[in-house]
Amino acid sequence: MRYRASLLIYLKEGVLDIQGRTILRSLHDLGYGEVQDVRVGKYLRITLEAADESAARRQAEAMCSDLLVNDLIEEYSLVVEEEGK
Amino acid sequence: MKVAVVVFPGSNCDADVAHAVEVTVGASVEMVWHASEFLPAGTDLVILPGGFSYGDYLRCGAMAARSSIMKDVKRFASSGGLVLGICNGFQILTEAKMLRGAFLPNRTLSFICRPCALRVERDDTPFTLRYKAGQVVRFPIAHHEGLYYLDKDELDAMEKRRQVVFRYATPAGEVTDEANPNGALNNIAGMVNEGGNVLGLIPHPERASEPVLGSVDGALMWQSISEWIKGGGAH
Repeated sequence: MRYRASLLIYLKEGVLDIQGRTILRSLHDLGYGEVQDVRVGKYLRITLEAADESAARRQAEAMCSDLLVNDLIEEYSLVVEEEGK
Repeated sequence: MKVAVVVFPGSNCDADVAHAVEVTVGASVEMVWHASEFLPAGTDLVILPGGFSYGDYLRCGAMAARSSIMKDVKRFASSGGLVLGICNGFQILTEAKMLRGAFLPNRTLSFICRPCALRVERDDTPFTLRYKAGQVVRFPIAHHEGLYYLDKDELDAMEKRRQVVFRYATPAGEVTDEANPNGALNNIAGMVNEGGNVLGLIPHPERASEPVLGSVDGALMWQSISEWIKGGGAH
C-alpha cells in the first residue's frame, strides 16, 4: 500500500527562532497587534510503500530519528494516511 | 604530515585548506570524495572543509554527516586520530554527533563575511600548541548559520570540561556580546570533544595562513598540528 507521511518540523520552545521573531515584528508593523507569537517550521511530504498504516508510521518515525529531525533543537508532528484519501 | 581533505558535493574551501597545509607545513594532501569507504592509509589529520555541502538542504551538514566516508572518520577519531571541521565542517561534526551542539541562523539573519577577532582559550590541544591561552587571533568568518546552540545544562557541563577552544572577542580579548557576530552561546567559535582530538571551528584559519591574505594567525594552527604529529602524539 502507498502511504503519505506529512511531517511538520519546528524548533523546540526556548530555542531562538529568529525568523519567527522577525516575521512577528513585521506583522506588528503592518498593524496586526493581536499576533502574540510566530514560529517558523518546515513541511515535508513523504510518499512511501508500507504493509499498513502503523508500519508506515514506524518507518517515518525511523526516518525522523535517522536524518530528518535534530532532536537537540527540533520537534515534529507526523500525520500518516493512505495516499488518495 | 599526511592530510586527508574530505570533499562533499558543495564543499568550496577544500582547495584553499589543502593549499594552506601544503605551503605552511609541507603536508602531503589527499582529497577524499565523500562516497569513499575508507580514509587513505597513514592519515594523520582529517579535515572537513567549509562550504555548502548538499546545498545546506534540510539542515546544514545533515546529509554530509551521514555520507559513506563519515563511518571511517568516526572510527579514525575514536582511535585518537585528529579531525578538524571548519565552518560547514563544524556543522557536519555536530550533525554526526562527534561534537555536541547544533547551529541556528545568525541572530542578524544575514550572511556574515568579514575578519573576526577570537580569543584562544586553550593552548594545550593538538591544534593550538603554538598559540598562547588568552592570545587574540584574527580569522575571517563567512557563514549564515553560526549560532552555536546547546541547552543550558549541557553547555555548563561542556564549559566545566574546558571544551571551548576559541571565543569571539574584541581585539583586546574581551568576550562581549558586541564582539559576538552571530549570537553563538557563550561566544563559542570553536570547541573540542572530550578527548581533545576533534576540533570544530566556525572561522577559517586557512584564509589567514599567508601574509598576502592579511593575517598569518591561522598558520600557527597548521604548525601546531604538525608539531604534535612529529612529537608522536598521533594515534
